[in-house]
Amino acid sequence: MLFAGLGFSVAAGKALVITGPNGTGKTTLLRILAGLTLPAGGTIRWRGEAVVPYAAGLREETLYAGHFAALKDELTAEENLRSLVSLSGAEPSDADLRAALAAAALAEKRLLPARVLSQGQRRRIGLARLALLARPLWLLDEPATALDTTGLGLLAELIARQLDSGGAVIAATHQPLDLPTDAVDRLVMG
Amino acid sequence: MSATATTATESPYGAFGALRWAVARDLKLALRSRAELGVQLLFYVIVVTLFPLASSPEKTLLATMGPGVLWVAALLASLLSLPRLFASDFADGTLEQIALSPYPMPALVFGKILAHWLTTGLPIVVLAPLLGLQYGLDVPALTVVTLSLLIGTPILSLLGAIGASLTLGVRGGGSLLALLILPLYVPVLIFGAGAADAVRAGLSASANLSLLGAGLLLAFVGAPFATAAGIRIALD
Repeated sequence: MLFAGLGFSVAAGKALVITGPNGTGKTTLLRILAGLTLPAGGTIRWRGEAVVPYAAGLREETLYAGHFAALKDELTAEENLRSLVSLSGAEPSDADLRAALAAAALAEKRLLPARVLSQGQRRRIGLARLALLARPLWLLDEPATALDTTGLGLLAELIARQLDSGGAVIAATHQPLDLPTDAVDRLVMG
Repeated sequence: MSATATTATESPYGAFGALRWAVARDLKLALRSRAELGVQLLFYVIVVTLFPLASSPEKTLLATMGPGVLWVAALLASLLSLPRLFASDFADGTLEQIALSPYPMPALVFGKILAHWLTTGLPIVVLAPLLGLQYGLDVPALTVVTLSLLIGTPILSLLGAIGASLTLGVRGGGSLLALLILPLYVPVLIFGAGAADAVRAGLSASANLSLLGAGLLLAFVGAPFATAAGIRIALD
């Protein structure tokens, strides 16, 4: 058993930051919340009702950003972003895509194939995706990995905007995120 | 649950949108890695060409075994391409996003299978009449063998996708996939190659082709759901 006796809730406009040593189940917890992994026991409630993995209502309202960036080396940064965002059900215009890439400092890289981008630049495509997908709940697994200071600033800005608009964020991270303290709850695992 | 949650028919996330996303993306990816597709097609051509070299070049013998050889080569070419159907999407995390997408997952999976058939199955069908000439097949036999491949190769892709999803993340998944899926290919092979035999014996091929068609319908209805379930197990 990885963890037991865990109970928490996240309100609209609030962020829950999960911290803890490696191997204590942060990723597993996020995957259970997203519906990818079946918990051995327990209940997950969304808007007060118990949900099962892959419930349609939950899939329409959550955004999961895992360890893997889900990028295709053969596609350009812009094509990757369009593909990911439209898989999540949004149809951004070309202007929206370019604006999101520019905000992530990828304006000059947008026509380059993803295989030539650095690790940090690949993560920035993930940030541009967050900017284009306003969902009530974001599940972020190590969102700060490989980001430089401006990247971290952009991440904090995106999360703050998500919270301002009444969305909720659950993030597992080792690095401190620069968020307003009154909007953040903490969960320490392990 | 959202108050705006709607039934499947009213949902903005319809099966057609899912299909369009998956087909367009996978065709674009296939186009960017054309060399891989070329290798598979070349494999098919070489396997078909090897048989006359290994057995006697006698004309009646070649005409007898021609349809069977075309079919066996199609099975092998299909097996060669199947491990790649989901492997890269599994490795880079795209499958997680596909599983969590608001679009219906069986429709997304069916789109991927359709794109797989368009890039690996359809070229085999198109090449079949040309390769059949090597075996001295006459026009009725060529027509029927091509038609049987046109109905049969989508079944190979659909059944193969189930096997590919079940062997995701397994070490040596390629050979396990072959063991798992070849027995399921046997009925397709029998009816597919049998159609041309019937024509050569002066009978109608309609019984064989109808059975293949029934198999295609069955695979079309069942395989996307089974494959989606297999992927969810692999992701757990």
